[in-house]
Amino acid sequence: MRLRDRWRRLVSLLMMTLCGLSVAVALVPLAFILFFVVTRGITALDWNFFTQTPKPHGETGGGMANAMLGTLIISGLGALFAVPIGILAGVFVAEHGRSHLASIVRFSADTLNGVPSIVIGLFVYALVVLPMKEFSALSGGIALGVMMIPIITRTTEELLRLVPASLREGALALGATHGRAVFTVVLPSALPGILTGVMLALARIAGETAPLLFTAFNNHYWSTSLTQPIASLTVQVYTYATSPYDDLHRQAWAGALVLVALVLTCSILARLATRRLERMQAGH
Amino acid sequence: MARPKTSAGDVLFQGGTGLFALFIVIVTVGIAFVLWGRSSLTIAKFGFGFWATDRWDPVSGNFGARTFIWGTLYSSFLALVISTPLALGIAIFLSELCPHRLRQPLAFLTELLAAIPSIVYGLWGIFVLVPAIRALEQALPDWLRATPFFSGPAVGVGMLSAAAVLAIMIVPFSSAVAREVLKAVPAAQREGAYALGATRWEATKIALYYTRVGIVGAVMLGLGRALGETMAVTMVIGNTPQVSASLLAPQYTMAAVIANEFAEATSPLHISALVEIGLVLFTVTLVVNAASRLLIWRMTRRPHERSIVAPLVPEEKSA
Repeated sequence: MRLRDRWRRLVSLLMMTLCGLSVAVALVPLAFILFFVVTRGITALDWNFFTQTPKPHGETGGGMANAMLGTLIISGLGALFAVPIGILAGVFVAEHGRSHLASIVRFSADTLNGVPSIVIGLFVYALVVLPMKEFSALSGGIALGVMMIPIITRTTEELLRLVPASLREGALALGATHGRAVFTVVLPSALPGILTGVMLALARIAGETAPLLFTAFNNHYWSTSLTQPIASLTVQVYTYATSPYDDLHRQAWAGALVLVALVLTCSILARLATRRLERMQAGH
Repeated sequence: MARPKTSAGDVLFQGGTGLFALFIVIVTVGIAFVLWGRSSLTIAKFGFGFWATDRWDPVSGNFGARTFIWGTLYSSFLALVISTPLALGIAIFLSELCPHRLRQPLAFLTELLAAIPSIVYGLWGIFVLVPAIRALEQALPDWLRATPFFSGPAVGVGMLSAAAVLAIMIVPFSSAVAREVLKAVPAAQREGAYALGATRWEATKIALYYTRVGIVGAVMLGLGRALGETMAVTMVIGNTPQVSASLLAPQYTMAAVIANEFAEATSPLHISALVEIGLVLFTVTLVVNAASRLLIWRMTRRPHERSIVAPLVPEEKSA
């Protein structure tokens, strides 16, 4: 009996150690990725990288300035497209939680969120690129926007649900219409959280490559035109990483460093903001 | 009291927000329709044969997608084999064992894995992981290399690299959901197990058994991600269409062939073939994700409706 108990304890200890180890195993790649991105990226990260456009093939030097601008433009377009739709749809779902349409919308949003990004690219290609007969920044922005919408909708819904019912009831008791109560009382009190969610969504789509391959495509030169192909950091990193030139590989790492810095900053800021919000709510 | 009349503002509010909500439904359904419409050419020409043949030749206009299906399924399956124990271990550690102080930071770090862009995984894969895997493959003993799973030259790029990258990428998704699911275990159950003298691992086993439906959901959520993952896989799998059980063999996936060929595809048949692959990818991920959500929802939404008492020795239940 005692032997069996010892054995049970030993098994327990072993399994729990394995669980702890799995955390370590998962964090090793994270550490490796960050280490390589920083150490290799930093070697090519100079002033030119942020101010110049790519050099012709075979020449060294040049930068990714146009790609960074492109990423800003495409992501901005995506947000412009997705934020109003996402928030208003989220309001609808939160306000009609039990209706059939709301469950259908929720299901659609979750489905859309799970659609592989490359498939979104195909969809936008057929819908926007084919009629325009040209790869364009606009189509890239729409592709990223389609990916953003479901994230924003679900975040908005969840945060609206956290708003105390007394706030809404107070507004309604004062004679506000349903819409007025939502837009002047409920939504504003959830807004900081929603904006945090938008920022996270933005960080996620700014790092997307697959939906841009045949929508925004790529461009070696400065371009701010919405109807022309445009470069992006992610597609540029892809092109450089799969090219045979060492100098371009270094630039790919630098581009990855910029991307990772962008994403990590957004994640950490969003997390700090969420914490503060939670503390403020707890303080009520 | 009679219901007050709905005001014009309310109608506008309902209609306005409803319209945007409807937009999401339209886009989702629209994806299916657009992909269906754009792949009619190959659907009509090849029918089911498209998925049963191997020959992929844009020049002669022959398209068979079996190799890509195989690559997608095999790489996702291998990724799950690696990531499932890891994700479960992380979830158990964070929900049952971890000191309170460390819980949030560690959870945040594991979730950062999900925040890193796919292209960065790919870049890291090409220049760091693939050489490491190549060295590993070359160091494999001969008797192992003689098995079909490790046959062929050790080139680094191939199924093993793809599975490894995929596994790392989906761990945070599965582990986050598994944690949520484990949270749904009533405290009374854990306490009951301890009161009966269970060790930590035994109590955890009971919790896992109790949440098995949700755990399967968590794994399937990871599967949905793995099936559709594009860039990182494209960069390390070798992009060679062949059906092979060998982990060392370069292969190809559905998402990868779309990423590589679509922008350059010119013949309508080639485009249609790629879109049809996209349509199937869409359908498969939709089914997997829907099933996964259903399972997770069943587990986390109504814990009070489930029996608190789960059998202490799970094996006996089958009797």
